[in-house]
Amino acid sequence: MGLPSGTFQENYGQDMAILRTKAQWVILLIFLAFLFTCPLYFSDRILTILTIIGITVISVHGLQILTGYCGQISIGHVAFMAVGGYTSAVLCAKLGLSFWAALPCAALMAGMVGLIFGLPSLRVKGFYLIMATIAAHFIIIWFILQLRNVTGGADGLAVPRPEIGSFVFKSKSSWFYLVMIIACLATFLAKNIVRTRAGRAFIAIRDNDLAAEVMGVNLWAYKLLAFFIGCVFAGVAGSLLVHYFAFASPTQFPFMDSVWYLGMLIVGGMGSTAGAIFGAVSLKLLDELVTIVGPILSAAVAPQAAASLALIMRGLVIIIFLIFEPRGLAHRWQMVKAYYRLWPFSH
Amino acid sequence: MTFFLQLVISGFALGMVYALIAIGFVIILKCSQAFNIAQGHFVMIGGYLGFTFLVMFGLPVWAALLAAIATAIIMGLLIERLTLRPLVGQPVLAVIMMTIALASLLEGVATLVWGGEYKEYHGVLPTITLQVGEFSIPPEMTIGLIVSVIVVAILMLFFRYTKSGLAMRATAEDEQVVQSAGIRVTTVYALSWVIACIVGVIGGIILGGVSGVMVEMAMVGLTAFAVVLLGGVNSIGGAIVAGIILGVLQNVAAGYLDPLLPAGGGLANVFPFIVIIIVLIIRPYGLFGLAEIERI
Repeated sequence: MGLPSGTFQENYGQDMAILRTKAQWVILLIFLAFLFTCPLYFSDRILTILTIIGITVISVHGLQILTGYCGQISIGHVAFMAVGGYTSAVLCAKLGLSFWAALPCAALMAGMVGLIFGLPSLRVKGFYLIMATIAAHFIIIWFILQLRNVTGGADGLAVPRPEIGSFVFKSKSSWFYLVMIIACLATFLAKNIVRTRAGRAFIAIRDNDLAAEVMGVNLWAYKLLAFFIGCVFAGVAGSLLVHYFAFASPTQFPFMDSVWYLGMLIVGGMGSTAGAIFGAVSLKLLDELVTIVGPILSAAVAPQAAASLALIMRGLVIIIFLIFEPRGLAHRWQMVKAYYRLWPFSH
Repeated sequence: MTFFLQLVISGFALGMVYALIAIGFVIILKCSQAFNIAQGHFVMIGGYLGFTFLVMFGLPVWAALLAAIATAIIMGLLIERLTLRPLVGQPVLAVIMMTIALASLLEGVATLVWGGEYKEYHGVLPTITLQVGEFSIPPEMTIGLIVSVIVVAILMLFFRYTKSGLAMRATAEDEQVVQSAGIRVTTVYALSWVIACIVGVIGGIILGGVSGVMVEMAMVGLTAFAVVLLGGVNSIGGAIVAGIILGVLQNVAAGYLDPLLPAGGGLANVFPFIVIIIVLIIRPYGLFGLAEIERI
């Protein structure tokens, strides 16, 4: 595979290892060291962007497991983030629980709601499932708006900041560390979940669910498990998002973001944990580019140019990737690595 | 009782427009197996085109309609050739994502061209007052009802009696057989997108005349999906029946339940989604759809 020549797998552990060579360990440690010293080099603005990227990565990992690995297309992912976000917001703001207790509750609650809306997946797939998840989005957001006494409805809900002892997570750098630690854990978990028995069952279901069932994969259990896991990731991301802004409102969870998350999978690469990271990072950076270029364009062309640029850009990026690189950036990355490994020979 | 009947009648007129939009969706699905998420955006573009031709250019209604249809034909051809043709043979997710991207693109273009603002052309479309006893169809809806019925009738005749219509029905049945019989499948695909654009645009002009146009109008496409699911995804007749059922149910439910709910209700907007979930759980292939039988 992608290993330098002369690397031999001598036992099962070596064969299954994610990091096989010393060079890979060194690169990972350098990357982690760089990541966790970021607040030393970067301004608060860049830290904010990185924090949001981290939250997005957590959420997209969930969608990658649900859609990329298990093949259950969901365009309601943001709604499950909203469930997680509001659960922890209400627990903290109304019941006075600490963030650290509310976070697991949020994850669990999002998973439970995911199970409910995953039920149609047992009978339907493809477009029908997409419709079910779109419906899930609008029903969940409508519920949040209707439960005004609990959630604050359209006015939103102020959320206290998390704290350890007397230390309050308020500065950009403290949030950066909190989010990045959880994002790294989520990446580690996501990478390993898909290597377990359940992960292999997901892949079998994605490739052909009838064949998987014939082979003895319990469709009912594993499809719902995929929904549960995917939504747990979404719940954690939603909870972090809400606490990061110290405010929960339905406008933080727009429908188009769900679509954009699927776009991240397309751009990054379906069925690859690295793909989720590539997609989330590259498209969030593209968003930032749009927020920089947008106002300039607005001033030069027309006031509505900024808003339309974001939409047109999103549409175009997905269209271009679908036509020219349907396997996403993860595949490109593999090609670059192969080229580097084999240079100067072609194969 | 009067209130109830009034709700039913205006729901019926609204449902006919839903059916019109849903038919565009069903035609594309039947011919090219593509689920067109952007159908609602065709409607939104149609609404803005209506505003452009009727108000900005001040054209008479028939000329505006022709101009809008011409634009729809060009739009349909471009969309099919540039975005959907390269994806023939790709998995279903790729096609769906493409139509989603298309939706985003159309929304962006509409925002750029028309400023994403609320526009209205109330009273430009001819109004006809139909009075049955003490009930009346809202005057703007009457023209919508009539136009929808005419368009649906034309489509029915087109599929029944023309050669292209026959080719489209045959393609829906089996692509490979059709190809070996010498029919260009790509032309059929293009035709199906053109027809979907035309019915979407006509629906948009009608809805725009009733309630004005804005970018969020594209959400009506989601209601059309509920119609499609309820009627069965591959049944045009089902789309019509389900459109009327949903229009009536939505109106009645909103009329009676909204006052009971906190936060102003807004049940009319979420009602189609509740229908979607119920249909998917109880009868996924809809009222008139064919149950799919799968083999490995």
